[in-house]
Amino acid sequence: MTKDMSYDVIMERRTEIMKTAVGIDYEIFESGSIAFDYERMMKETGYSFQEIKEIQETTGVGNTPVYELRNITQLARKFAPKGKGARIFIKDEAGNPSGSFKARRAATACYHAKRLGYKGVIAATSGNYGAAVASQAAMLGLKCIVLQECYDSRGIGQPEIIEKARACEALGAEVIQLSVGPELFYTFLVLLEETGYFNASLYSPFGIAGVETLGYELSMEFREKEGRDPDVVVITNAGGGNLTGTARGLIRAGARDTKIVGASVSLHGLHMASDTQFNKKSFTTGHTGFGIPFATWPDRSDVPRSAARPLRYMDRYVTVNQGSVFYMTELLAQLEGLERGPAGNTALSAAFYLAQEMDEDQIIVVQETEYTGAGKHINPQLTFAKENGIEIIIGDPSKEIPGKNIILPKDPSYIKIEELDLNKTKKSYIKNAINHVKATNATKEDLDFLVEDTKSNIEFVKTTLDELGISH
Amino acid sequence: MEAKRGDWVRIHNTILEVGQRATNIPEDTQNVPLEMWVKGFLLDESANIGDKVTIETYIGRTVKGNLLEVNPYYRHDFGKSIPELLYIGLQGRQILAEEGDNND
Repeated sequence: MTKDMSYDVIMERRTEIMKTAVGIDYEIFESGSIAFDYERMMKETGYSFQEIKEIQETTGVGNTPVYELRNITQLARKFAPKGKGARIFIKDEAGNPSGSFKARRAATACYHAKRLGYKGVIAATSGNYGAAVASQAAMLGLKCIVLQECYDSRGIGQPEIIEKARACEALGAEVIQLSVGPELFYTFLVLLEETGYFNASLYSPFGIAGVETLGYELSMEFREKEGRDPDVVVITNAGGGNLTGTARGLIRAGARDTKIVGASVSLHGLHMASDTQFNKKSFTTGHTGFGIPFATWPDRSDVPRSAARPLRYMDRYVTVNQGSVFYMTELLAQLEGLERGPAGNTALSAAFYLAQEMDEDQIIVVQETEYTGAGKHINPQLTFAKENGIEIIIGDPSKEIPGKNIILPKDPSYIKIEELDLNKTKKSYIKNAINHVKATNATKEDLDFLVEDTKSNIEFVKTTLDELGISH
Repeated sequence: MEAKRGDWVRIHNTILEVGQRATNIPEDTQNVPLEMWVKGFLLDESANIGDKVTIETYIGRTVKGNLLEVNPYYRHDFGKSIPELLYIGLQGRQILAEEGDNND
């Protein structure tokens, strides 16, 4: 008998396929209402912090250097009011085996797959996570498949994604490239079922716990060098895992006063699933097209309950334009001697502005960099933008229209941020959480869960529920 | 014949035809098929570009598709000259060299 592999049938089997492919029964964490036991999920399916450190040390992950960006700090101070202009630092995560912080997530996921006896791992990613999984799989002797959304219907691919495919193949992985569309998830499910491999999801408890070491290292490094924790950590935000893991690591270290700022590239107006708009964007990650939907509903990911829950930890969420990130990437090379990939510099662009709001003796940290290379570099990315009809302008970045132009700031004073209204985001999240289980009533447990999951307070949650007509 | 058994090749496949695509996606995407590209060693004795072939991928999976390329290679590079970027380093260094610390 041949199994029915049609789109609808496979999608109906998704829960069953995922359970086999992640090895977690997510049902046991559900309350039956809005709440689910996040901390229990993180604890029971994960590893102790000590174990994770050991797993990562074995595969050469983590303990990356931190650099003080003295010239960029100095430059920010030129535009700051007297006494303002915090010291800007960067954690050079490009030093990980696969060239980005994603090695931390891949290390734990691959270790777990190996321990459970899976023969291989599959990751659905067009980003740095692919090379990270391929690299860890190579070290552990696991087979690896990376599934990418790469081309539009003309067969034209984003240079950044093509470079990542090359990196995965260089590390012995099979790379499957698809054209634009969320039905990538269907192909993913078919592959999981066919191979019986482990779903090295970015959003599993193992993956997120793997990033906790980053936040923990930051706290330890700053206590050692500066005698205190950083005042602000800025984190490039897409699916929310980088932010969640880093914040949890800082909390684990006891750095409870450190403020967490999420930063995304604004791709306002571009539809992520549109074939014709796919190659109109110049960032394939760290942008609002992932950042906002994953913040307002994290459980849209490839596992039933995402371990990446950015609203739980975020104090502010800001956006920057594409041009400012390209500009900062060039400045990082020219003034600090660090040539790194653009996507990792999203948080740096935000930090450049945020530092000007802070006192001179304060510390602001950008917690990642990523590798750069052919395709994944400002020159090929801007070349590609021009070839796709995007105009490159030197001027006022606040006038940038994603998909039409990229505006490089005409001088550093033009680098600004846009503040997102986090209360609005939190309200959207609460609405989605209710719709997810079709709730008409919220229990005491639900209220506590929603307060935690939105880093808000009971009054805020109650008011939101009243607005939505949900009794509590 | 353009390819023989054992050659490293790239194949192409259609996963979902127009009409089979998810309904909750933008219209422009619904109007085109969902396509796939993958590489592997040719299992057929010989084949020409466009032929329906079977390959074994690098990790040992068997996949069918239309032969697209023999000995595929990457063409991405460091792009063309972007003169618009040239002011950034010069301007940054110049501002740093100016006297005074704060903009007050």
